[in-house]
Amino acid sequence: MINPHPGLPELQYVKPATLQEASKFLADNAGVAKPYSGGTDSFVRLRDGILKLDYLVDIKGLEGTKELSFDPQKGLTIGAAITMNQVARHPDVLKHYPNLAEAAESVASYQLRNRATIIGNICNASPAGDTIGTCMILDGVLKVHGVDGVRAVSLSSFFLAPGRTVLKPGDVVVAVQLPIPPKGLVGTYKKLGRNRIGDLSIVAVAVLGYPTPESASGYRFRIALASVAPVPFESFKAEGVLSGNKITAELIDEAAGATMDSVTPIDDVRGSARYRKQMVKNLTREALTEVWTKLSK
Amino acid sequence: MTLKTITLTVNDLVETVDVPQNMTLLQMIREKLSLTGTKNGCAAGECGACTVLMNGEPVNSCMVLAAECEGANIVTVEGLAKAGKLSTLQDTIIEAGGVQCGFCTPGMLISATALLKRNPNPTDSEIRSAIVGNLCRCTGYVRIVDAIKMAAK
Ligand SMILES: Cc1cc2nc3c(=O)[nH]c(=O)nc-3n(C[C@H](O)[C@H](O)[C@H](O)COP(=O)(O)OP(=O)(O)OC[C@H]3O[C@@H](n4cnc5c(N)ncnc54)[C@H](O)[C@@H]3O)c2cc1C
Ligand code: FES
Ligand code: FES
Repeated sequence: MINPHPGLPELQYVKPATLQEASKFLADNAGVAKPYSGGTDSFVRLRDGILKLDYLVDIKGLEGTKELSFDPQKGLTIGAAITMNQVARHPDVLKHYPNLAEAAESVASYQLRNRATIIGNICNASPAGDTIGTCMILDGVLKVHGVDGVRAVSLSSFFLAPGRTVLKPGDVVVAVQLPIPPKGLVGTYKKLGRNRIGDLSIVAVAVLGYPTPESASGYRFRIALASVAPVPFESFKAEGVLSGNKITAELIDEAAGATMDSVTPIDDVRGSARYRKQMVKNLTREALTEVWTKLSK
Repeated sequence: MTLKTITLTVNDLVETVDVPQNMTLLQMIREKLSLTGTKNGCAAGECGACTVLMNGEPVNSCMVLAAECEGANIVTVEGLAKAGKLSTLQDTIIEAGGVQCGFCTPGMLISATALLKRNPNPTDSEIRSAIVGNLCRCTGYVRIVDAIKMAAK
């Protein structure tokens, strides 16, 4: 008989006291131990038998994981134990990175966001991860503690394939660091789900823009796309269209069209590849228009 | 498997419980403490029937390990009534007809209680956003939203 409510398989709960202890334990038990924070991805996969572990290593007590702070020189630090709701309501996030609050708030439900973390979302490396694109175009850098000590890993070189990242056994991500946002930053997150809220995306687009004399158009735009490729990624192709010329509705249309050429979506229960290709264009156009309207006010 | 002994507060009572390390907070509440108001609908974070307050904030108890709850303060639906008197929301959900089979009701009440605590005067859309993670297969939600509005007044 199928058990409709399976519990978690047998495993040991491990709560290391220090980062050194955590990295050593994880490296010594490579393949059978994984770090976790909110557990909202890990528990589902353990229950479904997709993930098999002997040890779940709780990182929430480790040094630096509960930090959520803004420094006018360094920017924003989000520790690995910080939840989506904590990010979405933090005054400094709302003031300096409102587009991140918007992306965090689009995840699942209020009660799930009390457990789900930004770092878990990033490390899970799902093509649909709602906060990944925004952290990427905000130039996020991960602070990773491994058996050889601490290193910095840029989000632009972090993802390898769905569910796969450059993290090695023993690595614990302590925090993500977002530098000071460019002056005049405007951003938005457009997520298309099967329902208006509370679902994984069929397609999602994160866009930000800001004025800069360095670009011929006078503005720079950053565009990240989710659920249309093996990993969330930044569409340099579409960004390129917007850098050289005066921004007009036609140019925005052209940039939106360029996203279609940079994606490799799949057919799945949430939508067909063809539909995703159409919608990535529409969502990008909508997001760019919104950002441009605010910028040119 | 070795058991882990944890001490936590559940509905204002201090409890010390021996839990298997893979046991969820939901299983502990139902099977160790016999508080069966909290329901198991999906065991996957989707339905919200298992919602409880953990340190004042609603969480899906199926997505929390009991072993993590050392020192935590948990409130289940059984903890909403005080001294035999139902909470305002419990009264209004009955009055508005927001209960049919009742399976979603405990989680719904916990989510709504938390909403009114952080936002005593929510709009319709704020109410609906707050209960996105609480699925109801019977009522169509209208009467539940009505009940939350009545309680907010
Ligand atoms: C019902 C439901 C709805 C969901 N809806 C959405 C949605 O709308 N949008 C969305 O993007 N996601 C959604 N998710 C997925 C999930 O909630 C998010 O990805 C969440 O942000 C994961 O965070 P976590 O802390 O719970 O992850 P965990 O499960 O704790 O970890 C996820 C992965 O990251 C690794 N990891 C965690 N922390 C660290 C660390 N510090 N160092 C190294 N590796 C680490 C773990 O080993 C694991 O592989 C949903 C999940 C559920 C159950
Ligand atoms: S039982 Fe926990 S969300 Fe469904
Ligand atoms: S009353 Fe039956 S599920 Fe809500």
